[in-house]
Amino acid sequence: MGAQAMSPKSQELWVREELVIVPLQAVSATDAITQLGAKLQAARCVKESWVQATIDREEVFATGLPTKEIGVAIPHTDVVHVLKQAIAVGVLEEPVEFMEMGNPDSTVLVRIVCALAVPRSESMVKVLQRLVKMFQSPETLRAIAGAGSAAKIVEIFGQHLSIKLGGK
Amino acid sequence: MKKRVLVACGTSIATATVVAEKIKEIAKEVNVPVVVAQCKASEIRGRISTFTPALIVANTPVPKDLGVLVLSGIPFLSGVGADKLKAKIVAVLKED
Repeated sequence: MGAQAMSPKSQELWVREELVIVPLQAVSATDAITQLGAKLQAARCVKESWVQATIDREEVFATGLPTKEIGVAIPHTDVVHVLKQAIAVGVLEEPVEFMEMGNPDSTVLVRIVCALAVPRSESMVKVLQRLVKMFQSPETLRAIAGAGSAAKIVEIFGQHLSIKLGGK
Repeated sequence: MKKRVLVACGTSIATATVVAEKIKEIAKEVNVPVVVAQCKASEIRGRISTFTPALIVANTPVPKDLGVLVLSGIPFLSGVGADKLKAKIVAVLKED
């Protein structure tokens, strides 16, 4: 029987319905970060300073990832602005431009924004590894982009980030 | 002797961790002992003098005059070009 771990505790800590905005309507990367940051702040996962710190950091260390089909960005900032581990997810109907990670001369059209509240922790490493694996799967990104509801998005992230599905 | 690889990103703990783990995995695969350290991009010059890496894998733009081979780690995050990057890293790991 397939391991359909619906709500393992380990992942509930990271992506939850109240942290998802779908569809996200944003005019810019800064706008998207501000809206997702507000969710993280309301859930007490980040300090008030997180939004500005993340916007500032994006200018220096951009986080747009040039994936195969659907562009992804992972805005985040220093641990000092983070209270609790979480990922706020926004799915844009109309993509916004993020600068490309590692390549400031280029931009990425982003439809999926994962705003990361990352503390220094053991579980963080595993979750980030699995998150990156998700980004490398065009099918998974298509599923997220087409999910249409927060519940569905939480379910997809749950399936992929779940500790129970380890090894893959 | 163990090969030393330095991984740099903006915060040193998020994307650098993912790339550092990937490099350890590759080293294991080709059976080369490796020491991987992580740092913030701003710390890179200091870490070069103390850690003396054979290779730097960076997720952010870094200065061009570091005197050490620098590869971009982004393919390990985006998946695009990951095999090529892996081959380049293996080549460095296997150098005498």
